[in-house]
Amino acid sequence: MSAAAHAVSPAASLTSAGGTNARIRVTVNGQAVVAEIEPRTLLVHFLREVLGLTGTHIGCDTSHCGACTVLLDGKAVKSCTVLAVQTDGREVRTVESLEVGGKLSPVQEAFIECHGLQCGFCTPGMMMSATALLAKTANPTEAEIRDAIRGNLCRCTGYVNIVKAIQSAGQKMQSAAGTGGKA
Amino acid sequence: MSAAPPHIKGGIGQSILRKEDARFVRGKGNYVDDVKLPGMLYLDITRSPYAHAKITAIRTERALKVPGVLAVITGKDLEAAGLAWMPTLMSDKQMVLPTDTVMYQAQEVAAVVADSRYAAADGAAAVEVDYEPLPVVTDPFKALEPGAPVIRTDRSEKSNHIWHWETGDKSGTDQLLTSSPVRVEQDLYIPRIHVSSMETCGCVAHMDSVTGRFTIYMTTQAPHAIRTVFALVAGLPEQNIRVISPDIGGGFGGKVPVYPGYVLAAVASIKTGHPVKWIEDRSENLQADSFARDYHIHAEVGATADGKVTALRVKTLADHGYTDAAANPSKFPAGLFHIITGSYPFAKAFVEVDAAYTNKPPGGIAYRCSFRVTEAVYTIERMMDILAHRLKIDPAEFRLKNFIPPEAFPYSSALGWTYDSGNYAGALQKAMQIIDYAGLRREQAEKRRRGELMGIGISSFTEIVGAGPSEKFDILGIKMFDSAEVRIHPTGKVIARFGTKSQGQGHETTYAQILAEELGIPADDIRVEEGDTDTAPYGLGTYASRSTPTAGAAAAVAARRIREKAQKIAAHLLEVSPDDVEWKDYAFRVKGVPSKSKTMQEVAFAAYTNHPRGIESGLEAVDYYDPPNMTYPFGSYICVVDIDKETGQIHVRRFVAVDDCGTIINPMIVDGQIHGGLTMGFAPALLEEIQYDENGNIRGGSFTDYLLPSAVETPKWETAKTVTPSPHHPIGAKGVGESATVGAPPAIVNAIVDALQPYGVEHIDIPVHPWKVWQILHGAEAKAK
Amino acid sequence: MIPPQFEYYAPHSVDEAVALLQRFDGEAKVLAGGHSLIPLMKLRLAEPHVLVDINRIPGLSYIREEAGHLKIGATTRTNDLLESDLLRRSYPILTDAAHEIADPLVRNLGTVGGNVCHGDPGNDLPACMLALDAAMVLAGPQGARTVPASSFYKDTFVTAVEPTEILVEVQIPKARARQGSAYHKIEKRAGDFAMAGAAVSLVLDSAGRVESAGIGLTGVGPTAILALRAGNSLVGQLPDESHLAHASQLAQEATQPASDLRGPMEYKRAMAGVLARRVLDQALARARGGG
Repeated sequence: MSAAAHAVSPAASLTSAGGTNARIRVTVNGQAVVAEIEPRTLLVHFLREVLGLTGTHIGCDTSHCGACTVLLDGKAVKSCTVLAVQTDGREVRTVESLEVGGKLSPVQEAFIECHGLQCGFCTPGMMMSATALLAKTANPTEAEIRDAIRGNLCRCTGYVNIVKAIQSAGQKMQSAAGTGGKA
Repeated sequence: MSAAPPHIKGGIGQSILRKEDARFVRGKGNYVDDVKLPGMLYLDITRSPYAHAKITAIRTERALKVPGVLAVITGKDLEAAGLAWMPTLMSDKQMVLPTDTVMYQAQEVAAVVADSRYAAADGAAAVEVDYEPLPVVTDPFKALEPGAPVIRTDRSEKSNHIWHWETGDKSGTDQLLTSSPVRVEQDLYIPRIHVSSMETCGCVAHMDSVTGRFTIYMTTQAPHAIRTVFALVAGLPEQNIRVISPDIGGGFGGKVPVYPGYVLAAVASIKTGHPVKWIEDRSENLQADSFARDYHIHAEVGATADGKVTALRVKTLADHGYTDAAANPSKFPAGLFHIITGSYPFAKAFVEVDAAYTNKPPGGIAYRCSFRVTEAVYTIERMMDILAHRLKIDPAEFRLKNFIPPEAFPYSSALGWTYDSGNYAGALQKAMQIIDYAGLRREQAEKRRRGELMGIGISSFTEIVGAGPSEKFDILGIKMFDSAEVRIHPTGKVIARFGTKSQGQGHETTYAQILAEELGIPADDIRVEEGDTDTAPYGLGTYASRSTPTAGAAAAVAARRIREKAQKIAAHLLEVSPDDVEWKDYAFRVKGVPSKSKTMQEVAFAAYTNHPRGIESGLEAVDYYDPPNMTYPFGSYICVVDIDKETGQIHVRRFVAVDDCGTIINPMIVDGQIHGGLTMGFAPALLEEIQYDENGNIRGGSFTDYLLPSAVETPKWETAKTVTPSPHHPIGAKGVGESATVGAPPAIVNAIVDALQPYGVEHIDIPVHPWKVWQILHGAEAKAK
Repeated sequence: MIPPQFEYYAPHSVDEAVALLQRFDGEAKVLAGGHSLIPLMKLRLAEPHVLVDINRIPGLSYIREEAGHLKIGATTRTNDLLESDLLRRSYPILTDAAHEIADPLVRNLGTVGGNVCHGDPGNDLPACMLALDAAMVLAGPQGARTVPASSFYKDTFVTAVEPTEILVEVQIPKARARQGSAYHKIEKRAGDFAMAGAAVSLVLDSAGRVESAGIGLTGVGPTAILALRAGNSLVGQLPDESHLAHASQLAQEATQPASDLRGPMEYKRAMAGVLARRVLDQALARARGGG
């Protein structure tokens, strides 16, 4: 049974009734993905279980911890509170996309250099939030950083070195933009 | 220009970057939920809505009809296999699944196995259970009253009293307290809190019916001990059990116990022949996993008129939930609570603890602390402030006047501990200098004149970690040693394996640093492995800040053992007698001719290619380290708070932590441990608590209500160190993972109480919610009107 | 935590969405930002048979001034409020509130419509809408109707929205000269629900007298509360210390808090007064051209 059978209009192709699967097309880390999924599939499970992208973690049930943070059309969101069907036609980026061509992103580098992680479980989500922040605010203040990561809980680091890492990543990105950016 | 002292790349004292981070920042950590085996099934759990109820029926038909559901396991099924109950570490027993009675809300009632996570969840929701509610007891004092409903009817003792434990000189303490001119007493309640590591608990269990091998990937801090428990409880041959503790997303004590879910996954795998994954939800983690604290403490402390402490007497009621599943060394039912005399030379002390059953989940694990040390430190550091207040002495001055002096070490405490080393005044004075204590007191005096509320709080804690010496410390009879197996391969590269298991502490880096220092091989060339019982030497695991004191010591001892052999090979290569060779500046050198030398790498190659006759090939050593004593890290913390008089809101303006953990292996990692520990001290002081209503309903069973600190309110921690090495540890290190969690809460509460001194307040129970402060201020205001 | 199964529809127009709600009469829930609904479904406290996802309806996300009103579309994200210069300039109460809602990740998906019509007394925007004298535009089978905020909140999780209706827009009277507004809440932890919160919007006349004042309160009753007497007590006054203290007292009296994990009732009541006063001060400062 095709999902389209339940469409209420030709445009509303993305519907699913009675336990049937919905077909979605989504770009994940630059790759186009087509999948048939139950509408209740949470984005985080889609990423982890269907696509095998296990860098995105699950730390709570109630949208509080942020371990599951990914970028949806460039904005940081909690993938445990998004239905995978909602990402149809959209772009998702996970922690696995940060390293490009064997080069870590400035955020990844800075997290290592500033000891911004310990057990590593909140780290992917934390770095995705940091990535979103720095894309918008080049040189955030400490207060802006702390506010930007308030939806990402960390139990190990006490946040001090995470804040430092994000500051450092911001500086790296600025100096890269200042020198190599014109090429 | 003087030459830099010789050093080895990545040796002790260097802030090298962590080896483990390469995978974590790429999202390539391998946590239990990332493990996927062919044919793997999923297990989900149906839980009780009641805190105490008789189960009259469990109907599984609807669940079994859910597409994808393959099996439902109930207590009756387990009973048939003799697995309905399992032993706890404290000689009690706990249910895997109940056969007739549930004893706390969210207790496991049935397990559903399905071919997907989603089907398992649907199945668990479809299991139908009939309950007959029974009377609920959540208050341990009421639990001990005559006529209280008996929770554990399976025991021969028809009462909720579990045990009584006491230590110290009762009559001597009574006498000295009675004769002390100054005496204070206080009730302190340390509520139930939950470690809430960001990763919850879970496992993938696989019984291979062909080979008879049972493999379990498991969130455990103690894989080897778990394997032994599985062997003893399930009767499986130990060599056929493999426990793998992969990357662990934080432990803090919560991943020491064996939870029913692990056992259920194992049973489900045996039953189905497939690997079975069980991953806890956060709500299950908060509602059903072992808790920390829940200590009702009554403390009395005496002093002379001129302010010298004399005696301490403590009576405590410990609420253990429905079973005593505490994670303590077996001979210590109340853990190391008797470190409670703290940094002070009490002549006499007496401590007693009674434990009670209540209709709550099992308890008595740590929350990033070494067996009830937080409870002890909180009590003594609060009492010292109350005493100082009563004596009208500044709390810093009072502590400085009373500290055990540096020359008194090793110091024997009134409750029988031998403190290894300390310089308590040194740490406090350093903290006072950093924060400008005198300046803060001036500022406070000025603010008080203006009616503003500012407080300064001190905590000068002494910890006890590194369990422990084998004559006293065991778990179910297994001595609490830990181990290192170090092997240098022909090209001078090292693989070292340990009985511990990092959960974020950075063992892969710090153990490599110890070995680098001892072997003269760069840390980059040393690979550290832990957490696989097939390959790692036996050890008791990582908790109670014991890894560096035990396995870290084992690393140094094993390395030195390797050096002894290597020296003989070096002598052979240098064509001199072994006695003419010395290990100096990371190489074997001919005495008096230091330029004539062989590196460890050269020796390693020779150990496989050109070793002298009479010496066997290879270069390796194993050490099972039995520490001669505990280590006693210490420190002094100073906290400054500002309080909003209208709202009672507390702002931690500054927090200076001076820690002394002996020799520092990696300053960056030590600072990180302290930052995290401070935050886990801040959390219960101001935010975290799990409450129950009179029906045993949990309040705070999800992250909506159980509030972990975010980056916004977490203070910007300031850290500093003093270094007083442990005299008995091979490299002088003491362990640091938990000091800050232990030391921070009293500093914060002392600061708040100090701010409220104009209102005559001597104590506020944690967590200090703004309304607790407001009630004090408001009450005073109402009285004034 | 897995939500139960449901049928999923993503209509492309409000009419289609309403038709779906009609068709599944009472069985369907509207999915907007999902940050209240999806967690409830994961905990299986909500088990709707049908979800009508309104996120793909074009033209429901906007912040604009038009025909005497500030109009905010239902699927406007709460972070959009924070980023709007128009709001920062003329309706700072909404900038304040947006900043205090949950966290930036939640705000990237959470919608204005959802926050306004979920009916949780702990949500921050309802008190603002009450203070601003907003109106909710509801689309239903019979077309659109407008319900003033003051009669929108019936009880906890109960609003004027019928099961076959969708909130499509919030209309706020266009900001005037010498209008000042502000919002603030106190919370145990950043992003938590309020222990108490207060929203104020007021307009001064050219002489500095209060022409109108709306005071809304968060987290101190079964719904967000409009402290009508408190606001009215200021009308016509050149507000001084005693007027403001009196208004705060009246605000406090308008509360009906319950004791819970976010504080005992008497504390929440008192905090409503404290916050009303602080937010009044800030709104006044803004109305006078400062703040």
